[in-house]
Formats: sequence, C-alpha cells, structure tokens
Amino acid sequence: MPKYELRLSGSGGQGLILAGIMLGEAASIYDNKEATQSQSYGPEARGGASRSEVIISDKPIDFPKVRQADFMLSMTQESYDKYISGLREEGVLLTDSFFVTKVKPRTGPVYSMDLTKIAAEKAGKKIVANVVSLGAIVALTNVVSLEAMKKAVLDRAPSGTEEMNLKALEEGYNAALELKGKILQEMKK
Amino acid sequence: MNRMYEDYYRMDRMPTIWCPGCGNGIVLNGFIEAFKNSGLDRKNTVIVSGIGCSSRSALYLDFDTIHTTHGRAISFATGIKQSRPELNVVVLTGDGDCSAIGGNHLIHAARRNIDLTVVCYNNSTYGMTNGQYSPTTPTGSITATSMYGFMESPFDLCKLVEAAGATYVARTTTFHAKMIPMMIKNALLKKGFSFVDCIAQCPTYFGRKNKMSTPADMMKWIRDSSVNKKTAETMSESELAGKFVIGEFVNKEKPELTAEYTKLVERLKLKEKEGAAYAKV
Amino acid sequence: MKMVKNKFMQGNAACVEGAISAGLKFYAGYPITPSTEIAELCAEKLPKIGGRFIQMEDEIASMGAVIGASFAGVMSMTATSGPGFSLKQENLGYASFVEAPCVVVNVMRSGPSTGLPTSPAQSDVMQAKWGTHGDHPIIVLCPDSVKSMYELTIRAFELSEEFRVPVILAADEVIAHMREAIEIRDDLKPVQRRYTTKKPGEFKPYDDSEGLVPPMAKFGDGYRFNTTGLMHDTEGFPTSDPVKSQKLQDRLRDKIEKNLEKIVSVKTYNMDDAEVAVFAYGSTARSAMAAIVEARSNGVKAGLIVPETLWPFPEKIISMYAEKVKAFVVAEMNMGQMVYEVERCMHGKAKLLTVFQANGELIKPELILNRIKEAVK
Repeated sequence: MPKYELRLSGSGGQGLILAGIMLGEAASIYDNKEATQSQSYGPEARGGASRSEVIISDKPIDFPKVRQADFMLSMTQESYDKYISGLREEGVLLTDSFFVTKVKPRTGPVYSMDLTKIAAEKAGKKIVANVVSLGAIVALTNVVSLEAMKKAVLDRAPSGTEEMNLKALEEGYNAALELKGKILQEMKK
Repeated sequence: MNRMYEDYYRMDRMPTIWCPGCGNGIVLNGFIEAFKNSGLDRKNTVIVSGIGCSSRSALYLDFDTIHTTHGRAISFATGIKQSRPELNVVVLTGDGDCSAIGGNHLIHAARRNIDLTVVCYNNSTYGMTNGQYSPTTPTGSITATSMYGFMESPFDLCKLVEAAGATYVARTTTFHAKMIPMMIKNALLKKGFSFVDCIAQCPTYFGRKNKMSTPADMMKWIRDSSVNKKTAETMSESELAGKFVIGEFVNKEKPELTAEYTKLVERLKLKEKEGAAYAKV
Repeated sequence: MKMVKNKFMQGNAACVEGAISAGLKFYAGYPITPSTEIAELCAEKLPKIGGRFIQMEDEIASMGAVIGASFAGVMSMTATSGPGFSLKQENLGYASFVEAPCVVVNVMRSGPSTGLPTSPAQSDVMQAKWGTHGDHPIIVLCPDSVKSMYELTIRAFELSEEFRVPVILAADEVIAHMREAIEIRDDLKPVQRRYTTKKPGEFKPYDDSEGLVPPMAKFGDGYRFNTTGLMHDTEGFPTSDPVKSQKLQDRLRDKIEKNLEKIVSVKTYNMDDAEVAVFAYGSTARSAMAAIVEARSNGVKAGLIVPETLWPFPEKIISMYAEKVKAFVVAEMNMGQMVYEVERCMHGKAKLLTVFQANGELIKPELILNRIKEAVK
C-alpha cells in the first residue's frame, strides 16, 4: 500500500486523538506497517476544532505531516469547514450526519453516517462514537485490517468496556460497509 | 585558630579571603562547633554554597563541598538531598545570595519542607563586589549603590521563611557568638527545612560607609541593635524598626519531602509486588 | 537475547523510555510546552523504579538540582524548551566547567521570546553550543524520529558519562509530539560512571595526569573533595594561575576535539553518486528525505546528510562531500544557523543553496526540492 493520509477532526472531547492513536497502533503494531500520528496542540486542542492525523504506509514515512488527506473524518460542522480544503478532491469524506449538515458537492465519495447515534443506540454509549468511526474507517478505506483494529481497540479499552467497544467497532464497520455498497453503486450510475 | 576546629578546616586553604574583622569566621567556627556537637557523620555530609564572601566557606571546610553559582546553592542542595536522602545537606550562603538572586529557591525549599540546613551570613551588603545594598540592608544605610541613603525596606528573612513553611527558624548575631553553634546544631538535627539567620559585620564596606569603621564599632552596633525575642514581644513596630530580633522563632515537626517521597517509592514497590502476586493467582 | 517490545509512542515518551533504560534515576524540571510530557512521564515512572522526581520552582533551579544529583552519583536529566533553555544557560555552563555528567533535553519551539509555544523550530542550535558565557565543551545530539529520540537519549547518557560533559538533546516539537512505533529493548544495561580507584587523600577531582577525562568521586564516599565554578586547579580549588588556567581550558577543549571519532555521528542517504547534497537535521531531515526521493525520480542525483551530532560539528564529512558534490542545500527551521558551519567546512568547493523558514511550520519537501533543482540548473 502506498502512503495513505487520514485526518480525523471534530471537537475536543470526542476522542479523536485517541482514535488516531488506535488507528496508528493497529497499522504499526498489528499490521506491521509504518505509521505516524500527530495532533493539534495548544489552545486549538481545547474546544474548537481539533484534529488527529495518521499516515500509514508500507514503506518508511519521510514527511510526517498530512499534506493532502486521502481520507477525512468530520465529527462537527466547524471541523469540516476548517479542514475540508485539506482533503484531496477524490479523497474519501466521512461525516457524522447529526453534527455535519452542510457538505459541499465534491468528486470524491461522501459517507454521511449517524456515528454518534449508532454509538448510543447500538453500542450503548455516545462516548464510543470514536470507535464506531474507526469501524467505519476500516470498512471505507481498508487501510488497516479489521483484526488489527480490534486488537488495537482492545488494548486501549478501559477494563469492563471491552465488549461495548468491540460492538461499537463492528457496528461502525457493518453500517459503513452497507453504505459504501450503496454509494459506490450510485456513483457508477 | 582554636585547634578544636582545625580538623574540620582545610588548613592548606588558609588564610581565608575574608578581611580582618569580618564576621564570617565567627559564623563558620560556629558551624563547625555545631556540627561537632550534632553527632552527624562528616562522611555523609555535603556543604553547598553559592557566590559571595560567605559562600567561600565551602572551600575552607574539609567535607564534600560544592561551590555553585550565584543564588542557586539551595537548588543544587535540593538535587543532592532529593536524589540521595541519606546525605546531610548544609547550605552556607549570604543575604544577597539567598534572598535576592536566590530568593525564589529559599522560599520554595521552605515551602516544600526539604531537609536542608541553611545558614545565612547576613551582613546586609554585597561584600564581594565592594558593598552595594542588599535585601537586608537597613533603611537609611549608605552603601556603594545607595550613597544618598537606602530608601527601601529590608527583608526579615526569618519571618519570610517562617511564612513559607520552614520547620526550624532562628536568628542570632556574631556578637552573640555562643548562640550560633546552639542554633545551628538544632537546625542540623531538625528533619525538615531549617534556617539560621546570623547577623554579621562587614566593617570594610558596610561599616566604613556607615560611621562604624572598626570591627569593634560594628560589634557594638550589632549588640545595641539586637533585641531578645521575649523583649521584642513587648515592643511596638516603630520601636523595633532597625532592630535585630534574636531567638528561636519556629521549632516544629512536619512531614519532610524526601522522607515522604521514600514512602511513595516503598508504596509503589509494594503495589507492584502485590500486583505480581495477584497475577500469579 | 535481545528483548524488544513494540510500542507506538510520542517522541517525548521515547525519550523517557531511553533515559530509564540508560539508568536515569533523578529528574528535576519545570513545566514548559512542548517538553512537558517528559516531566509528566518521569513523575509517574521514576518512583516506580526507585528513582526520584521533583518539580522545581523554576528552570534555573531545575538545572541546579540536576547538577547536584549528578555529583551525588545519581544519573540525572531535565527537559525544557526555548525560554527555559535560555534560563538554564548559566548553570549549564557551570555543569560544563565542573564536568558534571547530565542530560538536558531542549524540545525546540518557535522563538524568539515566547514565540509560538506549540510550534516547531530549530532555532536553538547555536545557543546549544554558545548559549552560556565562556568557552566550554558541550555535546549536542539531534533526533529525527521517535526511534532516534529513544536511541539518542541513551547515547546522550553514554556520552555525558564518558566525557563528563552535559549533553543536550536538541529535539523539536514535531519529533517530540508525533507518534511512531519503536522497539523498546529491555536488556540494556544502565550506563556506568567511571569512578576513581584512588583512596581519599590521593584523589584529585580534575586530575589531568591519566587522560583527558578524570574519573569522578561522588558525595558521601569520604573523598571530601571540592568543586567550584571558579577557574580551578586539578584539586578542584580556585586558582588564578595563568598556566593552570590555560591547561584546564585546553583539556576541556581536547576531551571533545581529540575524541571526535567516538562522538560524531552522521547518517547519509544516497550520497555515493550524489551531485547535490542536502544537509538537514531533526524533523527537517524528514522533509529533506521526501525531497531527495522526489528529486531522484526526476532524474536529479540528490543525497542527504543528517547529522545526529550537531556539536561537535561533523566538519570532516562535510569537507569530504564538498569535494564530491556540485552543490549543498542546507534546510533548517530557523533563519540560518548551522549553515555557517556547513559553509565554513565546504571551503568554497561547491555551490551553497538554502531553505530557511521560521514560521512555526515544518518545511515542506517541495521547498527543498526546488532548491535541489536550482542547484543542478
């Protein structure tokens, strides 16, 4: 796999920094790929739009920052507005449909999913929306294997929450897979 | 020199750089007597000093000694004590060193109650640089940088470290030389931050500029300006202006930083052992 | 057997792992972005391994405490960033002059003054060498990945003990905060200090009779030695004798200058047939790597020189390549600092092009690529 750049954005408290770390761990520790993760710091990280960036590659990664993202997750309208220009025109966009309501038309696919609702209703708690997103990312990008992602999520899940987190991952994965089928079909038309 | 002190001095470093009539020797002899009487092991004792006339003391003492940077002796001492709590750590410092450039270290060492003994040779001037005013210079004094009279107020260092949390605080003077070893001994034996303020004379700079050109004049001034703690309690603020209140102000017990840290290390060790035992089951 | 565990971690965390592997037992510091994670991790980990942590009242005190611990025989470290590094300079000079082994991490952020506290820079590389007053020996290492932050921290402790010198790890915000997977070895032996075998009374703390780096004694061992930041003789006492003073200055210089082969380390990539050599360090080396790969795919023979040791400066290797290449491109996140050293060592043998940027952003590869292309025009 060539270098693949992902940007996870939202607001502080949505667990996106951690999601980026888990994605990096899935890639580098369990899938034996190269990965770098970095994030926003300072005042920016407290409230407002925050971001976590992950680069995954089969080869050593030279420049460690995201240039033109191949994939972007937006969990809030503010973060969408702030970072959408950094997504490649053909890149994949995933949004939380509840929080992100205004999306400009684009060439690349747009996956609008009720990530927070899936977390609350299917997995049991809103707080695991970040893990639902990770499931969706695996399904939409294949950038890491589902197995690796599961292991990475389990490593970080606080004890007692393992099942909820796995459920969140699977629900996100399945819902995204279904949506991906539909959207790709539509795009072919 | 009294032979009883010789064993504790590096005799090959004599004579000292101090001027005739300087008060530093009285304080240093007082320290040696205190150390002798304390029963502490010289091998386990480190003397730390900063920069200034008094800080040269470290060079003359036959101990492990470290002559550090200006104002920073207490921070070096903190590193020594926190990394090796079994060592006795003594700081010999001056008023400029510990209360101007090093004032922050002084109050924080007192606040965190780390087991250091700080002896301040307080001659209310910067002798090494030819007599400028210091944070303890009495108001109105003439110095190299206050030729029209010192217009600021001096620090009461004992009140300062007491407020910051020191567990032993005392003041005496070179005129009351017998009190010096007694107080420093108490300070050495206190498990916690201790501070002894020793009012000392600098006849060369402070004395000469303030109509006390002989060491005897200065000693008389120190004698006449000294007020016993008990007497001071009956005096008003204006009566106490320009006086040195002498006596023990604080002598109390409080958890000491490095000992508390050792407990933390033990607690974490125990936790790990229990964790390992639990893992085996 | 080499035991390793794979961990995905920040550069700052890798620094702490490396320090603990090397034998770190004492940390004193003051909170400052972007180095703070180092203090936080030391506060958590050191008491668990019988080490000790203290948060001091300021940066100056942290440096003092670290030197105090070093003379007490305890391997010690502090970490800071720009403004704090400035404050530490006086005591850093003291450490260098009294030859106290210790490690100072400076996670470089954009300056001057408070600057851009959360953004990267490489603007303290001259300060790292010349920041304190007076001539003094110092070693400065520069990591360009999380892995190298781990390895160079260990190296910093080794060098500091071997040469009785403070070693500065000049990291930058990018390397300190990014996460990458690294292998943590758990079979490393702590770095050992060379202690004197002499008896108390015979020991001189600055003995120059048996080599350039005198063995040490530690407080509490009965040696009753003195150390001072005044010009000192071999016994550690003040002297103003010009002969003794010059002798000490010479030894302090020579212990580094006569051991360059042991100290200096440089990584090179594609330099064998290179026509253009890019000189870059720290996170800028990552941009430079992307640039030379791109240049090669455009048919330009570009290579990369990455000094792991910024000071002492790798003079020989720069002079050697200056004879071979057509041009050097120096890229650094500052307004031009190490370039003076590169230029000095090139002896005018090749063209010199530069990329300087001090806006808080990592230099983009295309800026370096453009210079590489210009160089072969």
